[in-house]
Amino acid sequence: MNKAANGKIEIVNAGKIYDPAGIHVVAVENCSFNLEAGQFVSVVGPSGCGKSTLLNTIAGFDTITSGEILMDGELLASPEIQTPPGPDRVVVFQGGALFPWKTVSENIIYGPVIQKNMERPEAEKMAISLLNRVGLTKVETKYPSELSSGVQRRVEILRALINQPKIMMLDEPFRALDAVAKSVMHNFLLELFDENPRTMFFITHDLDEAIYLSDLVVVMTTRPAKVKKIIKIDLPRPRRLDVIKTEIYRNIKADLLSIVHEEALKAFKAGEREMA
Amino acid sequence: MSQTSVSAAPPIHPAAVAVKTRGALYQLTERKALPGAISIIGFLIAWQLSITWELPYLSNIPYPKDVWDSLYESVLKSSYWNDWKMSLIRVFVGFTVGQVVGIPLGLAMGASKTIKALCFPVFEMLRPIPPIAWIPLSILFWPTEELSIYFLTFIGAFFVIVLNVMQGVSSIDLSVKRAAISLGASRKDIFFKIMIPGSLPSIVTGMTVGIGVTWNVLIAAEMIAGHGGLGRGTWEAYTNGNLPLILVGMVSIGFAGYITSSLVRVIGEKAMPWRRKF
Repeated sequence: MNKAANGKIEIVNAGKIYDPAGIHVVAVENCSFNLEAGQFVSVVGPSGCGKSTLLNTIAGFDTITSGEILMDGELLASPEIQTPPGPDRVVVFQGGALFPWKTVSENIIYGPVIQKNMERPEAEKMAISLLNRVGLTKVETKYPSELSSGVQRRVEILRALINQPKIMMLDEPFRALDAVAKSVMHNFLLELFDENPRTMFFITHDLDEAIYLSDLVVVMTTRPAKVKKIIKIDLPRPRRLDVIKTEIYRNIKADLLSIVHEEALKAFKAGEREMA
Repeated sequence: MSQTSVSAAPPIHPAAVAVKTRGALYQLTERKALPGAISIIGFLIAWQLSITWELPYLSNIPYPKDVWDSLYESVLKSSYWNDWKMSLIRVFVGFTVGQVVGIPLGLAMGASKTIKALCFPVFEMLRPIPPIAWIPLSILFWPTEELSIYFLTFIGAFFVIVLNVMQGVSSIDLSVKRAAISLGASRKDIFFKIMIPGSLPSIVTGMTVGIGVTWNVLIAAEMIAGHGGLGRGTWEAYTNGNLPLILVGMVSIGFAGYITSSLVRVIGEKAMPWRRKF
């Protein structure tokens, strides 16, 4: 895969009000943070705090009602403007969104073929080499239903990556996986990232996951979602699992936990759903 | 196998033999051949005995042997096969037209809120009317008997398929649609490459249910309005008071329905290889 061009995202005073004339739910308020090009950014916060609204707005599936979002200096979203979804901003969804009627290789080549960027045989070759590179052999002719959810998720990430997106967005992609499968997924994602760092917008509830993967962890407040704190993760890359035994890691974890705990407590008092 | 290879093989453990015999029996029951045979033979015996023992109300039923003889006589007659042919053609025409009209309409109603808003109220007004209730109107409306039967079988298949396809389209996961859009799919691609394959399981369900309804309607229509056909044949056996022949008719209709349903199922499996591989 070639190096992705840029992919810097600036979120400036973004806000989202659902049904302004009616029940007037403020989902996001004055939210500002940046994702530098090639940075791995995780966003954590209470359920339903509007993280997905931001992600979906960048992807082009949702809108904001105030502020603006820029990509590489160009306006991507504002109350007046919504850039339609495209392969430069691919999303990997929570529940998995492979096409069940297509084989693994047909799924992976869907983007390049439909955009007419590649001929089918060329794309197929690339899909197989991608699969082999990440150690998935003999799965290209299988259907998603024949694979474990961990493998399905890896295929879905490859399906996104083959388009060489400027930014990849993952909305709690590993939520349904067990701890063992999860740690495999983390190293899989990190290997791909180290090989070719591109901007990552990663939503999660799992603090360890956020720290282990990211350069930056953005903690959001309870609804209306604002940025509570941005924590820089100064752990060297490439990261391997033993990093979690280090002093720095433990300190970051403790910090993050206390911030999140404070916010969860507020959410709890507000009668909202607790953090998962 | 030669003598040497047998002696060369390691001695068979006594338990291995037992496992093998149980395995064979298990296989037979697993394939449902044995329970199937027991079930059918048991039914025939019960049938026979209920007549010989003169159980109340059941003694008028013909013996299995009489039905068998009647069936044997029937299959030698060309009129019997003509009934098959006529019924199958009627089912085929009504069912096929039902799919050809119903699947696109269901897809359109599932894909477009405007089309749904326009069509669904009328659809929902007509759908609860049992297909058999259309018989009188159909006979009066269509110029020929054959056309009115085609229409009735069409009605039987049509509402079922439209409803299933429509629900199939709307049940496609939003993330799947969004993923396709993200990857560069146009509106046309979404319709042809996501909505159609995504609703295929529902299409097949609609076809499977629809073929059953089609047979239901066909038999009623033939009994009332038709000339020829398995339903008519059964009805004529009734007017002649020929009990064994009535049963031959019933069995034939059941068998015909079974064949067509199996056909639909096979087509469905062929169309959805991702479901077959399980």
